[in-house]
Amino acid sequence: MFSTYDTFSAPSFWQNGPSPGVIYNFPGSQTGNSHLFQHSQAPVTTATSIVAITFNKGVLIAGDMLGSYGSLARFRNCPRIMKVNDNVILGAGGDYADFQYVKDFIDQKVIDEQCLDDGFIMKPKSLYCWLTRIMYNRRSKFDPFWNNFVVGGLQDGEPFLGTIDKLGTSYEDKTICTGYGAYMATPLLRDAMDKNPNPTEQEARDLVNRCMEVLYYRDARSFPKYQLAVITADGVSIEGPLEVKQNWNLAHMIH
Amino acid sequence: MFRNQYDSDVTVWSPQGRLHQVEYAMEAVKLGSATVSLKNATHAVLIALKRASSELAAYQKKIIPIDNHVGVTISGLTADARILSRYMRQECLNYKYSLDTLMPVSRLISYLGNKMQVCTQRYDRRPYGVGLLVAGYDEQGPHIYQTCPSANYFDCKAMAIGARSQSARTYLEKHLSEFPEASVEETVKHGLRALRDTLANEVELTTKNVSIGLVGKGQQFKILDENETAAYLAMIAGEERRSGYTGPEVPPPSRDEAGDQDPSRDPLPSVAMETE
Repeated sequence: MFSTYDTFSAPSFWQNGPSPGVIYNFPGSQTGNSHLFQHSQAPVTTATSIVAITFNKGVLIAGDMLGSYGSLARFRNCPRIMKVNDNVILGAGGDYADFQYVKDFIDQKVIDEQCLDDGFIMKPKSLYCWLTRIMYNRRSKFDPFWNNFVVGGLQDGEPFLGTIDKLGTSYEDKTICTGYGAYMATPLLRDAMDKNPNPTEQEARDLVNRCMEVLYYRDARSFPKYQLAVITADGVSIEGPLEVKQNWNLAHMIH
Repeated sequence: MFRNQYDSDVTVWSPQGRLHQVEYAMEAVKLGSATVSLKNATHAVLIALKRASSELAAYQKKIIPIDNHVGVTISGLTADARILSRYMRQECLNYKYSLDTLMPVSRLISYLGNKMQVCTQRYDRRPYGVGLLVAGYDEQGPHIYQTCPSANYFDCKAMAIGARSQSARTYLEKHLSEFPEASVEETVKHGLRALRDTLANEVELTTKNVSIGLVGKGQQFKILDENETAAYLAMIAGEERRSGYTGPEVPPPSRDEAGDQDPSRDPLPSVAMETE
């Protein structure tokens, strides 16, 4: 769907004509009402914030494992942090089905690249750019992928962190939070980065864990079970499910 | 009419297992003026000999920039080369647009190879009558590829194609071991000497008929202007010319020698029935 040029199949004999080895659909034959199309109006099963931060030797991305059905905490084991390749990790919020759909394309892209076996491996900036194109293309068809993506990795040894929303708007930063976390966690991370612009891995971990805790208390669509992906020159590890430490002793004081 | 009965169409096999139309197309490369390409550890260099179709005409461009990191030099049908270079430019731009990186040269060449191959397998097409030397630089260093009308492509350390290019290849083979350690300047000089070996005795390399392209580490692909070319030409001006070219060139073997003309050597195709 995304690649219009497939080098492995033969091109068609003429414009819109049959191609060798491919079943030909005659133009004008209507099977069903395929010209009618339902654009997605709203997400269904959703995931909430992603919290991400760069540190001196790599990038951290965290996200909880809840798939919400509206306000119902419907699915409680939805991993949404993925390793793309040894260079790149990806986190996704928003519609979980759209994420799975895009994930399949990314996985296929990685496999295609491995098949080429030419020694080149996709870098985070490339995936970031590619996702921006995909997201903008879909929003231009008024049928966006209802996601926020966070791409992290090592770009020629340097930590890279970027995010793309469902409109194809994208930016890079040293700390990125999507969804509810953009309001609740971004100030915490920015404040910490102002005081310590180049944190160590442990400092970054503590910060992210703290953000997940705050988000769990404040965000009604969040969940105490979360995953944490770490990428450094040593490789990628996806840790979890981790647990937010809960303490509700104060709860009776809040009215 | 036909040189033999098996060259009426690109898709027709000869009993010897050859595609004569494709082989004819390979000959077109030898009609273009010579062009040389070589690389050192960090840079790839293209050197081309330009021809003017008449005294009144300008010298025909031989080096075509593709992207910031790739350039090609051509020998054969210029019109076909323009189609191929337009395609390569397009692919490089698409790659940059979607992935925000320069296209690896090996991938570009494999795309090009696939495109060219189609023309050798369909009766309504003809092969591209042009050979390319592609010089590029990517993460894996400098690259030189040779492409043929037969859709073969070769990853080369150094290569020369075009009219009388055998003399240049001889030079390159002789000095091959010096290239990896050579400076950029020395590499260009080697290329110019190789190209000079292809010339007839009365012809000289000048700023008008030589074109130099360069790409490498920290160096985007560029075609040197006349002043820069003149500086390099001056460096090899005093040297004695090797008698690379002596006398008339031995013409390439004609198709008549393909073996298909000799009925005694023809395997008899098994025909199910007489069709007369």
